[in-house]
Amino acid sequence: MLKNLRVSLLLLIICGLIYPLAMTGIAQAIMPYKADGSLIVDKDGTVIGSELIGQKFTEPGYFIGRVSSIEYNAAGSGSNNYAPSNPAMIERTEIDLQAFLAANPDIKQEDVPADLMTNSASGLDPHLSPKAAKVQVPRIAKERNMDPNVLYQLVDKHIEGRSLGLFGEPRVNVLKLNMALDQLQ
Amino acid sequence: MDLLQIAVVLGLLLLLAIPFGRYLSLAFSWEKTGLDKAFGGVEGVLYKIAGIKMQEMTWKQYALALVGSNLVMFFIGYLILRFQGVLPLNSSGIEGMDPLLAFNTVASFLTNTNLQHYSGETGLSYLSQMMVIMFLMFTTPASGIATVMAVIRGLTGQKHLGNFYVDLIRAHTRILIPLSVVVGLLLVSQGVPQTIEPTAVATTLQGEEQQITRGLVAALESIKHLGTNGGGYFGVNSSHPFENPTPLSNVIEILSMFLIPASLPFAFGYMARNKKQGLMIFAAMFIIFLAMLTTVYVSESNGNPALTQIGLSQADGSMEGKEVRFGIAQSALFTAVTTAATTGTVNNMHDTLTPIGGMVPLTEMMLNNIFGGDGVGMMNILMYAILAVFICGLMVGRTPEYLGRKIESNEMKMIAIAILIHPLIILAPSAIALATEWGTSSISNPGYHGISQVVYEFSSSAANNGSGFEGLADNTPFWNISTGLVMLFGRYFSMILMLAVSGSLLKKQLVPETIGTFRTDNTLFMGVLIGIVLIVGALTFLPVLALGPVAEWLTLR
Repeated sequence: MLKNLRVSLLLLIICGLIYPLAMTGIAQAIMPYKADGSLIVDKDGTVIGSELIGQKFTEPGYFIGRVSSIEYNAAGSGSNNYAPSNPAMIERTEIDLQAFLAANPDIKQEDVPADLMTNSASGLDPHLSPKAAKVQVPRIAKERNMDPNVLYQLVDKHIEGRSLGLFGEPRVNVLKLNMALDQLQ
Repeated sequence: MDLLQIAVVLGLLLLLAIPFGRYLSLAFSWEKTGLDKAFGGVEGVLYKIAGIKMQEMTWKQYALALVGSNLVMFFIGYLILRFQGVLPLNSSGIEGMDPLLAFNTVASFLTNTNLQHYSGETGLSYLSQMMVIMFLMFTTPASGIATVMAVIRGLTGQKHLGNFYVDLIRAHTRILIPLSVVVGLLLVSQGVPQTIEPTAVATTLQGEEQQITRGLVAALESIKHLGTNGGGYFGVNSSHPFENPTPLSNVIEILSMFLIPASLPFAFGYMARNKKQGLMIFAAMFIIFLAMLTTVYVSESNGNPALTQIGLSQADGSMEGKEVRFGIAQSALFTAVTTAATTGTVNNMHDTLTPIGGMVPLTEMMLNNIFGGDGVGMMNILMYAILAVFICGLMVGRTPEYLGRKIESNEMKMIAIAILIHPLIILAPSAIALATEWGTSSISNPGYHGISQVVYEFSSSAANNGSGFEGLADNTPFWNISTGLVMLFGRYFSMILMLAVSGSLLKKQLVPETIGTFRTDNTLFMGVLIGIVLIVGALTFLPVLALGPVAEWLTLR
């Protein structure tokens, strides 16, 4: 049993202490921005958010992200874990869909993309599909008194392609898009 | 594009698994190899500190060392969790963990399950993340790899079973630590944080405050996948943008968790001095895996009929509980891999999968031998290989042999027990949970899906997977105790029984191969193995699958 204790303590020091701290040292030395969480800081040094973490947008003049049952509170993470048959999920989607159509009268129901009306896995999804961003352009153009074509171009400019042109899906980072939107005016 | 990206990931896996299988067989060899030059120095120092000698062990000594060392690790982990409130590196002021939750958590990480009844953001200090979670994330897969190496040595007739402590250290120095460093840094390059700074506070564009939890994520993330552990730094695991920020990080994580389970059959082939023995086992598992993957991909692509009915286009598939950057292809692939390799990490919420889509992870955990976790998965499929040989032997009326050694009643008794334990510890506690208030009060989704939630929780525990239908409110005394015990039974019984089988076979005389020998290195055997796995699995679990996912699917169509 003494040998078991010696082996365990040795591995505890190596795997539980040396390894994570050494990794922190190396990561901080060569990639400090990413290792600290890709935080976006403005001129005054205030943290605006993280590139990777979605933010809550409710004002009609902004691109609005996906449904988040935790309202993008990144102190935690999660979703309601609604089963596909759960009446609460179907009711939520129905209400959201009607509210969206009311706020975006130029959009036909069948053109609303599914990602905009569904809860992401993390509740912190920073992205929308390009379609889900573009479908909001007429509303934002009206709200901000801008030419829709300028906004379509802005969305196009912010499309991130698949990794290595192959993996994942094309997407738009909502926070970066909204920051660019604010700068246009 | 979907099919292409899935095919490329699986192609990369094959490209890596064959040479890595060769590497594994060399890394644990008792003969002198070139690797001793590279690692021997460091290992020598570690052996000296821990008092390890290169002595061979019997199967009983090996099993005793496995259980004894794991028991010590259990107590270390338990004490740290209970007292994390007063220990250092607790910048967020997190309190000590409740005794039953601490029992469940340590049992979970010790058994390579990583079922999480706590949430990482609020339940663990930085010290606990390091010295409980990361520590056990290394030692448990290392224990699994060590044990399977001993089992393979016995089955393939090496001189002896080896030494548990030597194998344990080698699994760290030659496999897990170097790979974790490389994968961890690759993940940081994709944006996974690695910092001891506390939670960041941001002022959003709309002028509200947003708290952003971060921490030592990358170091945990790499070993979480390489060790088929699966416990996330954050509550939502690898769907959190800090754990899995890009499609590229998603591919890295998939390959990391699949690498060792997919390489072990090839290592087995090398050690049996007949590569085809390993290839046939790999192929059998891979064919079942492809069928599972296809099912979940098609089902998720077709979307949720209930949402089509209220007029929401499902052209992009079922996106509830999924992330935009992964879409359907990378989500379906991740789901199929995480429950095949019984890692239990998730990049989408399995509770929200379409009924037939959600049946796939459930089925893979019920079978528990389609690749499986580091080491233990290989042991499980070897059990079935021996069962397949035995059944074929009965059909032709010959004493069955596996790799030149007779399979007799002693071995078959142990194999039968090992195979039967798994369904027993899933179905019996599920029945109790569904029959009592203890279990039913935790169900969050109404109807047939509620049955799936309960069965999923116990399947995940028994298979040492750790993913969940996470809507289940599982941090209660009933769930903490029941799943804690199921995880421990699920891991140690089969490991010890397989060591016993292996030790017993090693002592037997080699039977010369004749024209009547049933060969285990051809496609006929592969087909028989697939058949046995599916028949045993279907006979055991089809009724409960019909009550859960199938019934939900029928009502939703």
